[in-house]
Amino acid sequence: MTVMLVFTLYFLVPIWWLFVAGTKSSSQFTSTNPLWFADINLIQNITNLVAYRDGVFLTWMLNSALYAGAGALLATLFAGMTGYALAKYRFPGRELLFNIVLGGVLVPATALALPLFLIFSQVSLTNTFWAVFLPSLVSPFGVYLTRIFAAASVPDELIEAARLDGAGEVRTFFTVSVRLMFPALVTVFLFQFVAIWNNFFLPLIMLRDETLFPVTLGLYAWNSQVNQIPELRGYVLIGALLSIIPLIILFLLLQRFWRSGLGAGSVK
Amino acid sequence: MSAPASVKAAAGSTLPGRGAPGRRKTRVAHPAAIAIFILPFAVLFTLFYVLPIGYAVYQSLLVIERDGTFGKATEVFGGLSQYILVFQNGPFWASIGRVLSFGVVQVPVMLGLALIFALLLDSPLVRGKRFFRLAFFVPYAVPGVIAAIMWGFLYSPNLSPFTAITSNVGFLSADLVLWAIANVVTWVYVGYNMLIIYSALLAIPTEIYEAARLDGAGQLRIAWSIKIPLIMPAIVLTGIFSIIGTLQLLAEPQVFRSFSSAVTSTFTPNLMVYSTSSIPNVNLAAAFSVVLALATFALSFTFLKFTQRKAGK
Repeated sequence: MTVMLVFTLYFLVPIWWLFVAGTKSSSQFTSTNPLWFADINLIQNITNLVAYRDGVFLTWMLNSALYAGAGALLATLFAGMTGYALAKYRFPGRELLFNIVLGGVLVPATALALPLFLIFSQVSLTNTFWAVFLPSLVSPFGVYLTRIFAAASVPDELIEAARLDGAGEVRTFFTVSVRLMFPALVTVFLFQFVAIWNNFFLPLIMLRDETLFPVTLGLYAWNSQVNQIPELRGYVLIGALLSIIPLIILFLLLQRFWRSGLGAGSVK
Repeated sequence: MSAPASVKAAAGSTLPGRGAPGRRKTRVAHPAAIAIFILPFAVLFTLFYVLPIGYAVYQSLLVIERDGTFGKATEVFGGLSQYILVFQNGPFWASIGRVLSFGVVQVPVMLGLALIFALLLDSPLVRGKRFFRLAFFVPYAVPGVIAAIMWGFLYSPNLSPFTAITSNVGFLSADLVLWAIANVVTWVYVGYNMLIIYSALLAIPTEIYEAARLDGAGQLRIAWSIKIPLIMPAIVLTGIFSIIGTLQLLAEPQVFRSFSSAVTSTFTPNLMVYSTSSIPNVNLAAAFSVVLALATFALSFTFLKFTQRKAGK
């Protein structure tokens, strides 16, 4: 119990510090107790941050939300359909496809960043929204997880019953199977959302135009200019604080679902 | 690339295996539906996974030739000459050595902590499970880049809330900065790995423990002899993902470059790939990428085989 409490401090104190630092004016940042509030200046800080460079920070947040939200949604849909087909239909090449996908799970996203850059340069699509968005629609891990889950939770009898009722295969998937696979789909969505939201190498290598940056890349760019522009330090801190909040909210909202889905990945 | 048999077994296909191969031509039922289900993923996977890997290999086999010093550059086939450069490149192997020594320490520490916390959460010793589960998992919501920026402040001699420590211990010095980064990675991922292991623990039917208790086994004995062997697959899974993550380290060291001059542009293999590609020398960068990807694959595969042999003894 003591061990747990000590480590709770280790995990939460940095975030607490970030929160407290975000509420301080730059003059009080170094002169007051770092782990306790001084004059609350949070609203003013956020206003300054949003106003800076014509609100480029808000653009970054929206970009991140779009890259991660739309990207994870489509990635989950495609992976879920493929996982379902692999689990419930028999066709030539099925095992081969699944093995290739499993190989894909072991290929880290960072290893693909440079080759993707080379390919997108060939078709002059670097430094565009699509250069970051399109590659994030592929989730081999999602196919793996939804296949296991569909095999275990969508009974063949139910699909047969839907067929007898005259529903088409695709319609059956969207009306019946998706509901049964929901915990796995939420888990895949969350994993992919976090992966895209945290992705750094791909946007770093693809994007030059500041207005296309996700928030991670934007804050990184500011942080590397702190020595030339000292006022950026405060913006980086408050920006970091704001950039964490959406993910925490998402985790809390979807907690019920992903907890049951998480276990499926490691079932023998 | 074929998957190891055990992974296939773990995937637990409920379908009966195919009968005798060949001979019987069976008509595939619902071909149109199958195509609709699979095509979007298959097309994207081919374009953004398979094709880049192939293209990286192709690019790594080319060399740039110029007529004269400022002449027009043309790409010609150069065989393995880029790879010879890779193998002669001291900084690249130094960076591989760096992430390996990082991984040898950081991965066991991180997974050891994750395992201990998961077992504690699963034991009757700890109250307030929901709170701890969430508190330990919160850092996972912090992107690597942001976590690195935050810890960069916490480490710095004059901005940190712990100046008493940081002004005396050079966390950002050449000697310690690798371990300072290791702490950032550990901080972010312990809770995430803990949850994966914990959910595997929850899947164990509790009747198994009854017999052990009747035999007089204590909590520690149950954890060591029953729980850990049963959740080995989950531990192996987290191990593989951690090994991959270690070899591919990029965001955290890249951020630390603005806090510490000790982090050079050749600090980790992926930083080498990035700095080589922005010279630009894409052919050499592609060769670095290919070697790194192969090393990653070989290492995670070896780890998988090694842990299976241990488990199957």
